[in-house]
Amino acid sequence: MKFISEYRDQELVAQYLDEIRRVATRPWTIMEVCGGQTHSLVKNGILQMLPENVRMVHGPGCPVCVTPLHMIDKAIYLAEKKGIILCSYGDMLRVPGSKHSLLESKAAGADVRILYSPLEAVKIAKEHPDREVVFFAVGFETTAPANALSVLHAQRAGVTNYTILTSHVLVPPAIEAVMQDEDAHIEGFLAAGHVCTIVGISEYYPLVEKFKIPIVVTGFEPVDLVQGILMTVRQLEKGEYQLENQYSRVVRPEGNPEAIKVIETVFEVCDREWRGIGNIPMSGYELRPEYAAYDANLKFDVHIEKVPESAECIAGLVLKGIKKPHECPQFGKKCTPQMPLGAPMVSSEGACAAYYHFSQAMEAIV
Amino acid sequence: MAFKNYNIQMNDHKIKMQLQCPMPKLDFDIITLGHGSGGLLTNKLLESGVFDLLKNDLLDQRHDGATFELPGRLAFSTDSYVISPVFFPGGDIGELAINGTVNDLAMCGAIPKYLSLAFILEEGLTMRAFWDILVSIKAAAENAGVQIVTGDTKVVERGKGDQIFINTSGIGTVHPKALIDKNRVKSGDKIIISGHVATHGIAILSVRQGLEFETAIESDTTNLNHCVERLLDIFGEQIHLLHDPTRGGVATVLNELARDTRLGIELVQKSIPMLEEVDGACELLGLDPLYVANEGIFIAIVAPEAADSVLETLRQDEKGKHAAIIGEIVETHPKQVVMQSVIGGKRVVNMPVGEQLPRIC
Repeated sequence: MKFISEYRDQELVAQYLDEIRRVATRPWTIMEVCGGQTHSLVKNGILQMLPENVRMVHGPGCPVCVTPLHMIDKAIYLAEKKGIILCSYGDMLRVPGSKHSLLESKAAGADVRILYSPLEAVKIAKEHPDREVVFFAVGFETTAPANALSVLHAQRAGVTNYTILTSHVLVPPAIEAVMQDEDAHIEGFLAAGHVCTIVGISEYYPLVEKFKIPIVVTGFEPVDLVQGILMTVRQLEKGEYQLENQYSRVVRPEGNPEAIKVIETVFEVCDREWRGIGNIPMSGYELRPEYAAYDANLKFDVHIEKVPESAECIAGLVLKGIKKPHECPQFGKKCTPQMPLGAPMVSSEGACAAYYHFSQAMEAIV
Repeated sequence: MAFKNYNIQMNDHKIKMQLQCPMPKLDFDIITLGHGSGGLLTNKLLESGVFDLLKNDLLDQRHDGATFELPGRLAFSTDSYVISPVFFPGGDIGELAINGTVNDLAMCGAIPKYLSLAFILEEGLTMRAFWDILVSIKAAAENAGVQIVTGDTKVVERGKGDQIFINTSGIGTVHPKALIDKNRVKSGDKIIISGHVATHGIAILSVRQGLEFETAIESDTTNLNHCVERLLDIFGEQIHLLHDPTRGGVATVLNELARDTRLGIELVQKSIPMLEEVDGACELLGLDPLYVANEGIFIAIVAPEAADSVLETLRQDEKGKHAAIIGEIVETHPKQVVMQSVIGGKRVVNMPVGEQLPRIC
């Protein structure tokens, strides 16, 4: 595949790994923020190829993992309400709510549809004027433009039976939350390339300065990841802290101005609860008051009792990199991808699921 | 209201079939509940010329079942087909229903002979669509060299089915040289795949409602029995196991094999053949091609000393021209499938939890 296979070059990866081994003289702990990066590190077997003194910690950048329990419950409540078609990205369906998952609601008769694009949901709303269509708008800055655009499309087309259930989260405040946690000892970050493609890199300069940590905006292919890790380790070894852009073939410093315009038209920044982590100030998007008509929360007057997370799940500690998934007493026992206690065990991008496969791999390979 | 229009991608053989088999003139356009009642309307459907398409001596016995003689050891298999959409790029449910059962028999090392064919039709299915499916069934049965000898048709109320469901069962005679058995799989055996992975699954996904994307990818559904028969003629007992990695894909079949044999499996990602468009679509949709369903391919576990010759023979066959050795059976890491990634790293390829769900980003 042109423009992808070049970044999966075995020799190039080996060269970067050699260089990391040569450069890293001390132990370093680096967090890859994005779940997509975690997925790629595991899928390609990169974690085992890194030298022992370079430790990767998997960050909170998995939208499935950080969507709070009561939001899942809200989505389930709406899905089960008569007349509603609930549309969602695929991997939200298996996430356990307080009682069950959307997938189980679907099996019990709820009209839950898996879509790749919220614009498709607007189309469904047009085709079913007698039904209400709700799109479960989750994700980071990456999915925000499409979700915002769906609202604008609905407005332009005069579609009044379309709303979104918003649970958007933002990366920079999450990095800040991780750094402010005394128990988290992260020395460098790989920032999420795709997020920066949308919103640019300017928000990361203050973080670099405030916490004196290197942040390298990194892509998702094996060559991207090992190069991003090398760039971070080089800075750490020199005692430097800078914002660097490994993913410059895709990420422009200013981001995508059109996408930003769409986001800013429809959304405003708000406080947001993160599953397992808790409330992070100014860490999410919600619909601006002028788009209140497209807010499923308001339209359907959803009030869901907040149910506490499973006491046995240590997702918060895992998402902040304080504990490794396998340090959880329930890991691989009460909590498996088949019977997850918490969200990080659900998504293929979740740290626990990644480790579940990874630890099996270690057993198998060592 | 009629069902949504469909597009049939027709290959030359199917076009010829369509021309040879024009739809008989009927005084009804759609299937109604009465067509499954067993009464007058059912008879009308049967007598209308619709089922003459599948004519053969055994079917013409018109009894509750077919009686026949078959020599030697037999293989027997069944499968139900509920695919949506019914017509998809590269095929349709009728063709799939024949190829599927034919291939299941072939995977037992058998030469498929006779099939049963049962329809569950949803009220409202157009006769045009039903006819096209029947023509497809006829073509697929002729290509595979099997006869449909008994059948059934039921009609369910609108909303209780999805246009058409098909069940086929098949019977075949086991190839005299075949010794297909999981217990014969040994450490050192090579794993050969007969063609591109994930083609069928991605072709279907490309036309699923809500996920449509532009692509020229067509399902590779086809019969594999002739191809397998040739391999068994030449290599006989050196073929230890055959499997078609349909639902759940290659990963599921190999995980089941590792679990059942208590042996390990090692795969080399680079050697797994895949169409570039399919690779791209998987990348875009966030799907792992190893878990995507296949139709027109099979996996053969063969004795190491025969592997190269099996591969060469397979590659001479139109249906095996993209065949490749993708891995081997090992004694290390029992019950686990481990894959060497494109960059030389290793990862475990697990059993999928359920249906693969597209990722958010």
